[in-house]
Amino acid sequence: MRVLLKLAIRNLIGAGLRTWLNVLVLSLTFVIIIASQGIYRGMGDQAAQSLTDVEYGGGQYWQNAYDPYDPLSIQDAHAPIPEELKQPIASGQATAILTIQGTLYPQGRFLPVLVKGIDPAQTILKLPSSWLQSESMLSDEAMIPDEIPAFVGTRMASTARLNPGDTVILRWRDSYGAFDARTIRIIQIFRTTVQSVDSGQVWIPLHILQAMARMENEATIITLARNTPSPAAEIPGWHFKSLKYLLRDIDQLVASKTIGASIIYLVLLFMSLLAIFDTQVLSIFRRIKEIGTLVSLGLTRRQIVLLFTLEGTLHAVLAAVLAAIYGFPLLSKFARTGWGMPQAFDSYGLALGERLFPVFRAGLVIGTVILIMLLTTIVSLMPARRLSHLKPTDALRGKLQ
Amino acid sequence: MDNTVIQTIDLVKTYPMGLHQLVALNKVNLSFVRGEFAGLVGPSGSGKTTFLNLVGTLDSPTSGQVKVMGINLEELSPLQAAQLRKQHIGFIFQTFNLFPVYTAYENVDFPLLLLTLSSSERRRLVMEALEWVGLADRANSRPAQLSGGECQRVAIARAIVKKPSIVLADEPTANLDAENSYKILDIMVELNRELRLTFIFATHDEKVIRYLHRKITLFDGKVARDERLEPGAAVTAG
Repeated sequence: MRVLLKLAIRNLIGAGLRTWLNVLVLSLTFVIIIASQGIYRGMGDQAAQSLTDVEYGGGQYWQNAYDPYDPLSIQDAHAPIPEELKQPIASGQATAILTIQGTLYPQGRFLPVLVKGIDPAQTILKLPSSWLQSESMLSDEAMIPDEIPAFVGTRMASTARLNPGDTVILRWRDSYGAFDARTIRIIQIFRTTVQSVDSGQVWIPLHILQAMARMENEATIITLARNTPSPAAEIPGWHFKSLKYLLRDIDQLVASKTIGASIIYLVLLFMSLLAIFDTQVLSIFRRIKEIGTLVSLGLTRRQIVLLFTLEGTLHAVLAAVLAAIYGFPLLSKFARTGWGMPQAFDSYGLALGERLFPVFRAGLVIGTVILIMLLTTIVSLMPARRLSHLKPTDALRGKLQ
Repeated sequence: MDNTVIQTIDLVKTYPMGLHQLVALNKVNLSFVRGEFAGLVGPSGSGKTTFLNLVGTLDSPTSGQVKVMGINLEELSPLQAAQLRKQHIGFIFQTFNLFPVYTAYENVDFPLLLLTLSSSERRRLVMEALEWVGLADRANSRPAQLSGGECQRVAIARAIVKKPSIVLADEPTANLDAENSYKILDIMVELNRELRLTFIFATHDEKVIRYLHRKITLFDGKVARDERLEPGAAVTAG
């Protein structure tokens, strides 16, 4: 085997430009597959991280009626905070969010919004709730202040044309069906990559919203801190949604994008493998006398099949080495500097931010290398297998049956 | 002690030719002893190359027996046959059959690589073989950079580098001019004399025939004549 490997390397190097062209194309395939997979992995990781940080935490309890895809469910999606979750909330292991529907009247227009109440002291979600802390302290627990402190995200601010310090009328309906209205004052505007905590949403202190909606001690969602085990498997009136469940859309999106991208690199891979197959077939035709000579020098037909297969497979080995030489620094730099995302990308709904940082995991690199090696071995073996039926005397005459 | 290196007993080889069988060798009984410088002569299709292929374990007989170094080839597995070729048989072809991507040195080194000798031992043997054929200074040239005569000399070096018991040469001078033909024949005579290698040629080249110590004439697959020649009949070049 060692001798065959030595011979295969010699033959491959000796073939010169033909070998290097194949190796170059195959190495490009390696790098492109790893780069594109890394981009999608990075996209998924980044989006999942952002969503976990600002919205999902370590999982959520949803009030039974809550359905994020059905705005009409919001009206009924509230219930008293269950006893099982009061202690985690008090100890900072969970935080409650109450959501009601409302209408904002900026510059004489009206804008349907979701009004979300958040505990100003919470630290579980990376939302700037602390901005509300000093302002909300001024108001009585049971009283609704004349000017309700609020913060909104940049998308919402842009839609409603709001700036920090602006006041705007908010109208809502409480749990008894009575309409009421107050002025809200925009304390600050925050920037986030997560659209689902920004667009069409106004954030105010939880206790004020509970008072406004006459939903004292009630919540719509209770978010757990990261790595906090769910305190109770079953809480009547509430459903626990694990982080995995909450991130399933992202995972599916990344999976579908990866499949789409796979078509491109499958074509590239197919072309590279075709080049190797072609080289192998041509090599066998061109080197038919050489094969006869190899037999005369003492190689068995099986060893010759192995030699030709090794030659083909070594294309992939050399390609992996070449890809490592130029691909490693290139992809490392790419992973460090990231890829600037156009502003329009925000409208795609993925929480990516201004730069996308690809993620290249060892599994991805090793998996890609193994896959290409395996496929190269198969396409090398296919034409070489014909040699196992070749008669050495025919080969010496340059005859291939 | 029995010096026989090759023995054929009622050797028959036929090839299918449409509905008929072409008889390439018909009950050939021949023996060769160590150190012979013998040639099979005869017109095209008389069975010369077929005989070499059978002795060289590149083909198997239709019937009859071939014994090389006392071993009945019929009893050998493909691996054992390859082992026999690797250790005891050297081939020289009409078209040289050198590996084009290898240098002369690497071509000669090839059979030794298969014998898994140490690199220093291989180097010594390769340089010795190249010196025998007068090409030590062209060791790093590729076949494309060598003349036809030089290529055949590299092929001879490759055939003898492992000091085989038998060298089978199929029309070794057919692609060479007279001067180069004499050169390589002189080399082979010297190798035969110095190393006691057994040379068996398949040829119809008069120049080669003049060097032979034994001439076996084949006709229609049968041995028509088997004659010993005077050693002095050889004509030396120059």
